[in-house]
Amino acid sequence: MKKSMVGIAMIALVMGAANAETLQIDGSTTVGPIADAFAEYFKSVYSDLDITVKKTGSGDGAAALVDGRCDIATMSRFMKPDEFAKAVSNNVLPVAHVVAMDGVCVIVHPSNPVKALTTEQVRDIYMGKITNWSQVGGSSAPIVVISRDTSSGTYETFESLVMSKQPMGAGVEYVNANPQAHARVKTTAGAIGYVGLGFLDNAVKAVQIDGVLPTRQTVASGAYPVSRPLFMFTNGYPKLGGMVHKFVAFYLTERGQELVEAKGFVPLTDY
Amino acid sequence: MSDISLNLTLEPTADECRPMVLTPGEDLRGYIGSYLGRAFLFLVTSTSVLAVLLILLFVIVRSVDFLSEYSIVEFLASQDWRPTAETPVFGALAIIVGSLYVSFVALVFAVPLGIMAAVFLSDIVSWRIRNIVKPVVEVLAAIPSVAYGFFAVLVLAPWMQETFGFSTGTNALNAALILAIMALPTIISVAEDSVSALGRELREASYGCGATRMETIFKVVIPAAHSGIIAAVILGMMRAIGETMVVWMASGNATQIPHPWWDVSQSIRTMTATIAGEMGEAPEASLHRGGLFAIGVLLLVLTFGLNIISEYFLSRAKKASGKA
Repeated sequence: MKKSMVGIAMIALVMGAANAETLQIDGSTTVGPIADAFAEYFKSVYSDLDITVKKTGSGDGAAALVDGRCDIATMSRFMKPDEFAKAVSNNVLPVAHVVAMDGVCVIVHPSNPVKALTTEQVRDIYMGKITNWSQVGGSSAPIVVISRDTSSGTYETFESLVMSKQPMGAGVEYVNANPQAHARVKTTAGAIGYVGLGFLDNAVKAVQIDGVLPTRQTVASGAYPVSRPLFMFTNGYPKLGGMVHKFVAFYLTERGQELVEAKGFVPLTDY
Repeated sequence: MSDISLNLTLEPTADECRPMVLTPGEDLRGYIGSYLGRAFLFLVTSTSVLAVLLILLFVIVRSVDFLSEYSIVEFLASQDWRPTAETPVFGALAIIVGSLYVSFVALVFAVPLGIMAAVFLSDIVSWRIRNIVKPVVEVLAAIPSVAYGFFAVLVLAPWMQETFGFSTGTNALNAALILAIMALPTIISVAEDSVSALGRELREASYGCGATRMETIFKVVIPAAHSGIIAAVILGMMRAIGETMVVWMASGNATQIPHPWWDVSQSIRTMTATIAGEMGEAPEASLHRGGLFAIGVLLLVLTFGLNIISEYFLSRAKKASGKA
């Protein structure tokens, strides 16, 4: 009985592999939207390809790659040394592919005279240490601090690059989408908020952070402090021409760059 | 073939064809059939009861770990809610207070408006207009809450900032105003039912004693219908306390208790918004997820309590109108 069931399972496995190629992607909620967009495009091109994209967090993605539960781990940070060591001892050799840059712009109302802030000032504002615009060279008005909800990738980026493990203050307001953060800052004179670079427009004003204005160039080059590379990790360099290789190299194509930009991220091209 | 089946289905109506005495087999079959039918219907009916019990059980089971691992005193008394910090702190006091705060402010707007509208519909306006207005009021309840939420963020919030000079427009007042509008249909509908169920005798006796219409309404009708009105208010409060999307969008979600306490222009965070906003990020089987479920238990206990109180007053209102 048991034997026959194992046999059936193996037949199913072999047939599955013959009929449809599968691609398991697991990892970061930040990189997830890019993987989703890529996957959607791949499904439309290769009809018998079976892609699943999970968004469980960078740490879970790394663990899944180490355990061989996924082909590609999406991560918003580089692998930690112990993750890397565990992978190597498990005969998995993680190779990083940087697929896009993520820049989070700090924005204020257009009427706000403040043009530049330092990372420390932004952190103090979000911690509730600085509560009035006059403390950072603006007019005397209370600061309305707006953050993304804690489950978003944008929050994760901001938290790791600006807050450096400091908790946000009790007066911080939370909104649940980039457009909503944009709308709140657009309509509130004393507001400060942050959105992905793709959501920046003339209705709000991006402030310089440590003297650098967020643009595609400064984010792509890493000169803007609140920017970071987004990774896809594979076990070794994928077989050339294979589906995994096509997927992790897709960001190089024009279509791939368009998709990256459409999701509010910055393609790696610096021109 | 179809003729035969037609005949078969028609047969039971011709009762005189049945023998007066059933064979034991037929008797047994009928007996079992009727009980099977009853059992099936009982099962169907009890699914909804079962669903409630299972939800309660599920939420409690998921929060047990948290409640045993984490100090309940700190959970209920601390205002620090930092679930993702290195040493996470789960103090839900500000969140619990936020839920109650925004609901009470909503009631401050909704109760007088709702009762006045109910009395107006039952005692003052003509029957024909009442029959147009009441369904329109009930349509308010059919508008999806996310639509209210967008209105709150895009219209009400900037308007409040410009008109009252509030530094932030997404605050307790904003959420409370929207919740008041959402609670109004419930309050008006239940209160109107209980006020109009009082009957003519009471009102005519009052007029007969020389009372004016205003005196009749405020000194006779409303006091006599108080049970139903209280039930209406509590049902409205349940609506306000359980609402999620609107408060998530309109209240600002800052984890703080307004200081001073009457300052409705500060943003607050409710239990529902916390659960909705953080459930997605909280890893399975983590303390954070347990904490969210613990908030869920609190919320359930709160709404169950309110529900029981409203049932009590509704049954009293029914009795009272039965006597009159």
